[in-house]
Amino acid sequence: MLLPIDFLMLAVAGWLLLGVAGLALPSHSAWFGRMLFPLGALISLGVGLVGVGFSGESAQVAILAIGLPDLPFHLRLDSLSALFVTLLGLAGGGIGWFASGYFRPGKGQDGLRLLCLEYHLFLASMLLVLLADDAYAFMVVWELMALSSYFLVTSEHEDPEIRRAGFLYLLMAHVGAVSLLLCFGVMQGGEIGNLGGNLAGNHSGNLGTYTFSAMRHARMTPFWASTAFLLALFGFGAKAGLVPLHVWLPEAHPAAPAPVSALMSGVMLKTAIYGLLRVTFDLLHVRFAWWGILALGLGLVTALYGVLFAAVQSDMKRLLAWSSIENIGVLLAGFGLTLIFATDGKGALAALALTAMFYHALNHAFFKGLLFTGAGAVLHATGERNMDRLGGLMRWMPWTAWLTLVGALAIAGLPPLNGFVSEWLLLQAFLLTPGLSQPSLNMVIPVAAASVALAAALAAYVMVKFFGVTFLGVARSDSVQHAHEASWRERAGMLWLATGCILLGLFPTQVIAWLAPAVRMLSGHALAQSPSWFLLAPVDAERASYAPLVFFAVVLATLLGVFLWVRSVYHGRVRRADPWDCGYPEQDARMQDSAEGFGQPIRQIFSSFMQVDRETPDPFERHPRYSGESRDMIWGLVYRPIATLVAWASSQAGRLQHGRIQWYLIYSFATLIFLLVFVAR
Amino acid sequence: MIPGILLQIIQTLVAILLAPLLLGWVNLCRAWLQGRRAPPLTQPYRVLKKLFHKDAVIAHTASPLFRFAPYMVFACMALAAGIVPTFANDLAFSPAADAIALVGVFALARVFLALAAMDIGTSFGTLGARREMLISFLAEPALLMVFFTASLISHSTALPTIVETLAHKEFVIYPSMAFAAVAFWMVSTAENARIPVDNPATHLELTMIHEAMILEYSARHLALIEWAVSLKLFTYSALGIALFVPWGIAARGDFAALPLAFLALTLKMVVGGATLSLLEATAAKVRLFRAPEFLGTAFMLAVLGMLTHFLLEV
Repeated sequence: MLLPIDFLMLAVAGWLLLGVAGLALPSHSAWFGRMLFPLGALISLGVGLVGVGFSGESAQVAILAIGLPDLPFHLRLDSLSALFVTLLGLAGGGIGWFASGYFRPGKGQDGLRLLCLEYHLFLASMLLVLLADDAYAFMVVWELMALSSYFLVTSEHEDPEIRRAGFLYLLMAHVGAVSLLLCFGVMQGGEIGNLGGNLAGNHSGNLGTYTFSAMRHARMTPFWASTAFLLALFGFGAKAGLVPLHVWLPEAHPAAPAPVSALMSGVMLKTAIYGLLRVTFDLLHVRFAWWGILALGLGLVTALYGVLFAAVQSDMKRLLAWSSIENIGVLLAGFGLTLIFATDGKGALAALALTAMFYHALNHAFFKGLLFTGAGAVLHATGERNMDRLGGLMRWMPWTAWLTLVGALAIAGLPPLNGFVSEWLLLQAFLLTPGLSQPSLNMVIPVAAASVALAAALAAYVMVKFFGVTFLGVARSDSVQHAHEASWRERAGMLWLATGCILLGLFPTQVIAWLAPAVRMLSGHALAQSPSWFLLAPVDAERASYAPLVFFAVVLATLLGVFLWVRSVYHGRVRRADPWDCGYPEQDARMQDSAEGFGQPIRQIFSSFMQVDRETPDPFERHPRYSGESRDMIWGLVYRPIATLVAWASSQAGRLQHGRIQWYLIYSFATLIFLLVFVAR
Repeated sequence: MIPGILLQIIQTLVAILLAPLLLGWVNLCRAWLQGRRAPPLTQPYRVLKKLFHKDAVIAHTASPLFRFAPYMVFACMALAAGIVPTFANDLAFSPAADAIALVGVFALARVFLALAAMDIGTSFGTLGARREMLISFLAEPALLMVFFTASLISHSTALPTIVETLAHKEFVIYPSMAFAAVAFWMVSTAENARIPVDNPATHLELTMIHEAMILEYSARHLALIEWAVSLKLFTYSALGIALFVPWGIAARGDFAALPLAFLALTLKMVVGGATLSLLEATAAKVRLFRAPEFLGTAFMLAVLGMLTHFLLEV
């Protein structure tokens, strides 16, 4: 009898096997698209189904005898892991199906061989991150995830821009990893004395202090617990793209191939959220309200910062990457709110905020996966990522356009799709804050709720821009004229993700019931039972309720009714003509808003938050050219000084190096003396 | 349940059928105030009838989304009209969508209209879409904050419960609702494309917002959009009445009060429409980049309303 966790390990083995099998194939074989990637996608779906089915069971553990001697990998599957495993599997399945059509044998020496290996290694490492149950295994697979995604990001390494983006990503990933290592060190800090004793004594002593189960039982002073939390926030924040640690994200995500961007944005960022939840709610035994306020504040700043910059981007994928930063901000705000409620002893409210956050994490995996794959299909069809050279694609790629529209509406938080459900839940959680015992917190919450609402409204602006400029209007360049519809595999992948967006939007009660074990595990409470299967009422029906199915049915019925009424009472005659446009005779595609132009109001209103470089043309030029870019000011404010400092410090350290053997011998001698003195004490 | 459904259908139909009348009344008052000869009260109906009979002229470059959007916008507005209690506080549909969902419905209609405006690829269409989204990204959260203030008072986001608390419980003066009322007025002028943010009577390219979006529409599509616009004005008026002057609305199950409640609604709408035209006649349209400041003020006022609630009323 195989347990769910065994199935997951089989899945890991399967992915690794696929990766290795790819190496054996000739580099331009058609079997990658026909066989290996679809199989990988099927394994993903299987993983998702295992996750769906697991919910509610008690935790399962497994010990893998890999790693160093006496340091085996501990794996554990509980409700929290299962939730994120489901997210990985279901979203990864759709993206994998898309990938099988997207990755075609093309240019490049290695073709798809390395890509196939890295892609499946990336999937396997993400799954293992969710299962890891000791610090050692966690750090190893966390690094594996960072490295495999680094190689995927730099798969088009001929471009120096992409190499630069990859380096930045690698750097930030490692700064974060160091912080995580320190965090785990702090959490097992109390036990170090024992560990040393065991090492000195008998060799078979208990080395279990690095396991998560030992950390759960460790008792720490508030100071060290807070230190551990801050280190975790920094480390996982660097992975998730928390402002000001987000700088790698808008560089690395656009550089990667579309399915990889989709995986990184939709799934990998969630592993950071998972880690933060695991450390805060599972491993640490104390929590403080100020952690929650800090996380809430950082989350709101991240959300607003991300969405503002998304509004001024011209590159499709960069826009989506900034939008991911926004969504991570919303998730973190939900996390902060959960912490505030939980530390205030309001378990039921914490459960609501946590449900909203889980729901949003699931949603984001689906709609961001969908949008990135849609952008990838456009990139394939036209070779353009710059929206200023696209437009009118709805006529050439109707499938991609309508499916992407679903994703765009969902991420804009419009009913009856899934983005609205999580936004609704989060706002309900904010509205329940008058129950808090600290009046000062009550004052903060309205402002926080207002910021969430503002970010959501701006997200609608961003999505109208993204969809309108790319798919609507008239083609802005010739490359669009030769666009072709995505292949059936790509469409199938997008269709799967779009269906996910719709179903998550229409059946919230079922999803919330499924989320309940994970919510109960972290907050100790669950939401009230909904009064009926289609009515979402997280507190009670008198207070607030929402029935997306009824909503959807009424919209649909009204649509049909009006349509039939107009057709039957009047007529359906249509004449085609040139656009009217107030009678201007000279129309061309350049008169439409460019992406830059559509974002101009935002840039003007929020100009103090961004650094704008513009080149305006001379009025007498025959072929006027305009370029404008809004840059992140954090670069200049935070990163340049740090880089300068590091460069200065290393040049100072460089003085030690003379290239003379005598000096180096003196260094060794001095070090030896110093160590001897130290040991002798 | 059955009377709820019946009242729901009646209220929605009343809203759909009488909405152009409200628009006609506002136009009438405005013409009077401007010293013009007024069009008849039923002019909006005549316009709709004329438009429905005409042949639709659609640009060559239009995609299916362009033809779909008017139906979507109309359906959204009809649904919004169904959520807001007008004369009876008994709506069968209200558990399906609360105040937050109402904001979502408005946003859905707006996004479809903006996308349809970008579909033809004309300069004015995209200009209108951009400006509309600019106005709404501040107006939408402000509206949400107004609802939040009301729902903090009534501990509910369901509109009938909010109305019940404000209209049928003991009378309390809520200072926070004063802030909310000012914010709501500012938001509704912006959302309904009225002065000082937009001017429904102009087609001047430098200033138009809403009209720029629907320039390419004709015939039945335009008729549906115009109808939806009047429905939106009606819904916003009903919302304002329900939140700030709800007295006179029939309580749940109180069928005897219905005729009186209908009369009260008519009276309030008449006064409200006249006030709207008076405010419009005395105000000037603001420059486009003053509009965010105007709406930013509305947003701040709404947030202040919430803070006032926590300071004074908890």
